[in-house]
Amino acid sequence: MKKVIGRIHSTESLGSVDGPGIRFVVFMQGCVLRCQYCHNPDTWEVNKGIEVTADEILQEALSYKPFMDASGGGLTVSGGEPLMQIPFLIELFTKCKQQGIHTTIDTSGGVFSGDPHFIERLEVLLQVTDLVLLDLKQINNQKHQQLTGKSNEHILQMARFLSNHNQDMWIRHVLVPGISDDENDLQELGDFIATLKHVKKVEILPYHTMGVYKWEKLGLVYPLQDVKPPSIESIKQAEKYLHVESYN
Amino acid sequence: MEKWKGFQGNVWKEEIDVRDFIMTNYSLYEGDEAFLEGPTEATKFLWKQVMSLSKLERERGGVLDMDTHIVSTITSHEPGYLDKDDEKIVGLQTDKPFKRSLQPFGGIRMAEVSAKAYGYEIDKEISSIFRDWRKTHNQGVFDAYTDEMRAARRSGIITGLPDAYGRGRIIGDYRRVALYGVDRLIAEKQKDLRNTGITTMSDDVIRAREELNEQIRALQDLKTMAQSYGFDISEPAFTAQEAFQWLYFGYLAAIKEQNGAAMSLGRTSTFLDIYIERDLNEGRITEKEAQEIVDHFIIKLRMVQFARTPEYNELFSGDPTWVTESIGGVSEDGRALVTKNSFRFLHTLTNLGPAPEPNLTVLWSTRLPEAFKRYCAKISIESSAIQYENDDIMRPEWGDDYGIACCVSAMRIGKQMQFFGARANLAKTLLYAINGGKDEKSKVQVGPNYEPITSDVLDYEEVMEKYDQMMEWLAGLYLNTLNVIHYMHDKYSYERLEMALHDTEILRTMATGIAGLSVAADSLSAIKYAVVTPIRDENGLAVDFNITGDFPKYGNNDDRVDRIAVDLVKRFMTKVKKHPAYRGAKHTTSVLTITSNVVYGKKTGSTPDGRKAGEPFAPGANPMHGRDTKGALASLCSVAKIPYSYCLDGISNTFSIIPSALGKSPEDQYQNLVGMLDGYVMKKGHHLNVNVFKRETLLDAMEHPEQYPQLTIRVSGYAVNFIKLTREQQLDVIHRTMHAMM
Repeated sequence: MKKVIGRIHSTESLGSVDGPGIRFVVFMQGCVLRCQYCHNPDTWEVNKGIEVTADEILQEALSYKPFMDASGGGLTVSGGEPLMQIPFLIELFTKCKQQGIHTTIDTSGGVFSGDPHFIERLEVLLQVTDLVLLDLKQINNQKHQQLTGKSNEHILQMARFLSNHNQDMWIRHVLVPGISDDENDLQELGDFIATLKHVKKVEILPYHTMGVYKWEKLGLVYPLQDVKPPSIESIKQAEKYLHVESYN
Repeated sequence: MEKWKGFQGNVWKEEIDVRDFIMTNYSLYEGDEAFLEGPTEATKFLWKQVMSLSKLERERGGVLDMDTHIVSTITSHEPGYLDKDDEKIVGLQTDKPFKRSLQPFGGIRMAEVSAKAYGYEIDKEISSIFRDWRKTHNQGVFDAYTDEMRAARRSGIITGLPDAYGRGRIIGDYRRVALYGVDRLIAEKQKDLRNTGITTMSDDVIRAREELNEQIRALQDLKTMAQSYGFDISEPAFTAQEAFQWLYFGYLAAIKEQNGAAMSLGRTSTFLDIYIERDLNEGRITEKEAQEIVDHFIIKLRMVQFARTPEYNELFSGDPTWVTESIGGVSEDGRALVTKNSFRFLHTLTNLGPAPEPNLTVLWSTRLPEAFKRYCAKISIESSAIQYENDDIMRPEWGDDYGIACCVSAMRIGKQMQFFGARANLAKTLLYAINGGKDEKSKVQVGPNYEPITSDVLDYEEVMEKYDQMMEWLAGLYLNTLNVIHYMHDKYSYERLEMALHDTEILRTMATGIAGLSVAADSLSAIKYAVVTPIRDENGLAVDFNITGDFPKYGNNDDRVDRIAVDLVKRFMTKVKKHPAYRGAKHTTSVLTITSNVVYGKKTGSTPDGRKAGEPFAPGANPMHGRDTKGALASLCSVAKIPYSYCLDGISNTFSIIPSALGKSPEDQYQNLVGMLDGYVMKKGHHLNVNVFKRETLLDAMEHPEQYPQLTIRVSGYAVNFIKLTREQQLDVIHRTMHAMM
């Protein structure tokens, strides 16, 4: 059998915020979106990163299995956009499930399409996926285009697709003052989430500036220079609009 | 016996067997912390006094008062109090709080220098007694040291040796005082004395008889000291308050006669819980009163102090005393040894605020009750004052009634002691291998005059061959040096009270140690996987190294280099074992530096891993700062590979993480920290200091120390008051890897 090669940016052995428990996080290389607040812009380019096999990643993950088991954790693929490398994920997750490792995809849904070939592969992947963390960045399509460079149409389609496929998911929303904290938008987003099934958790991720140095290192101009992290009150407010409590 | 009413079992009544008493009488507690009580008014009042004395001491440059004319013995001082009416547990080292005692038996020079450093002068007559008439441990050692030993000590290839200060790391079974009363203990020792030396009067027998008589006298003095505080401790304790008091008197007597580097307490909380439970059941006290006794006991342990020299402080920064108390663990028959008192002891970190002492050590097992695990994680996150040690790997070696001495040294309580051996510098040894035994700093021939390496690029095979020979030399010299030290310590500064609270027949360990493990492992990895070119000075000594290319670094869960570290430990231990140890001691080793990693770094030239001359080593078995780049678990997994069976004196790992890297909500953080500890224990990691704070907090505390009087951080096997560290040490702590994740 031909070995499927994955292209990754890096790994982190102690992830505690991307899924339940302690997680081994694999940052995949390559992304279709260009989010203005991205804290991993070094994962954008498709042709960079390092090449790995699923077995290599699995072996590393297995060395952390006691930590995963003790904390109810597992493995998360993040990025970058993991769904750009579905064949690799299928192989990795299939092996993980054989070893009893909980699997999670952290995705923006940016590459979702109705193409039958894509759907077919995604369905195979979901069979070995325990949890999807889906990032809904902006319900307002025009603002979404501005923020990420792409329409949100297929992202919302992906949410419905997951819901119809009985896939457990956490919905996450990055709260950026002036960009994604408009009251009406939040309300609309909350209404949309309410139409989805199998949402186990809704999280507000307060915007932070800890990735700005990476933009500078890459010689890029950071578009949100003057934006400050949101206040505690506005986080609370957003949590109310998205009915965060009702999902916990 | 009336005092034992209600206690079960017989074995412990017939012979001295505290473990049996605990196993047959303790009450396992599997609930949560909801039962705990806050501090009483008296507790708050007493603690406020301690804090203000502590502030005054800082303002006076580190010492508030020092005895300069009474040589400290068990009975040397009048009773001292913090506040006689409010204290539930009484007893001070001298007649006043925060007055450091004079203990010249380790070495008169050390006592004089300690005093002088803080503006005091030891009474002329006392100085002359110990200089002219009464030899000390220090003089004894230097009479026997060879030239080679002196040179090795001076160059820092072996450092921190207890040849001028008390060796410590001996834990008396202070529980025996409470359970049996002193008269019974004296009677047992007299029986042993009668059975010693009925045949041949060999050296061993003569020494044993002399020591036993010393022990018996110490026990008599212990009674006299308690009497001066108004307590008759010849009989067993009855109430919980008495049990705490009797036990504390035992400990107090020990620290009045020994300023050992580490004066650890043992494993007392579950033992003492049995008395509290009896009092609670029979209506003698309330939970509030029980906590008050615990709080007052802990206040006393926080007040333990010794007079020490600036050089000593450089090695062991922040005035540590290692009043280590081991909490939790699991019994050999599978029951968790967790009681309500395990919670009460940890709860003092809330009632009195965080503090470095006593050195609270949780013996972690995956089988501890979940509620207790969660509580430990919570208090760790709030205080950064707890260390964890793997009960699941220590129990098979040491049973279920061992305690930790100092930082990571396990010993069966009352049945085992160690000869503390500080540590040998493996990084410097590598430089000696390259430079043919010449010291890279002083240029003096310290090691054997072997052929140096003269090639342009270092070859791994050649370096390993020479390194192995140099380690062989070091192991022999090191062990012989320790033999000298402990022979003299037994002779001139015998721990008579602590040993009186041991069985007469005991296991002794010769506890060697390793410094610079990560530097040595990374250096060898660089030589193997990159191209390392020595830069030689005019004497032909390699004083710096050019490194071309990348190489695997210890701390990233990468077997290519982790195996090198494991191999070094095994090699060293195997060599050490070739040399017989004093008094038939069992050889052990530790990977622990305490805070001396800074001093070792200072004394060591540039190394082939890219570390520059003078830069600190990583503490203990830690990876070098900033080289562990694959996250916290990768770092933990590398350290966990160091085999405990080769390092039975402990493998120290100090871990710092920012709160948000453990999870979003507090409950997530507790759960993940518990998971991390369980996972580390399952991976067979031995010890973990857990620090949870942000770097900014430490930077702010450096600028505004007055706002952080109780900021506690764990360094290497112990905790310190951050603001008591030297600036150099503070910077070292701040530069350590602090695990964060975005």
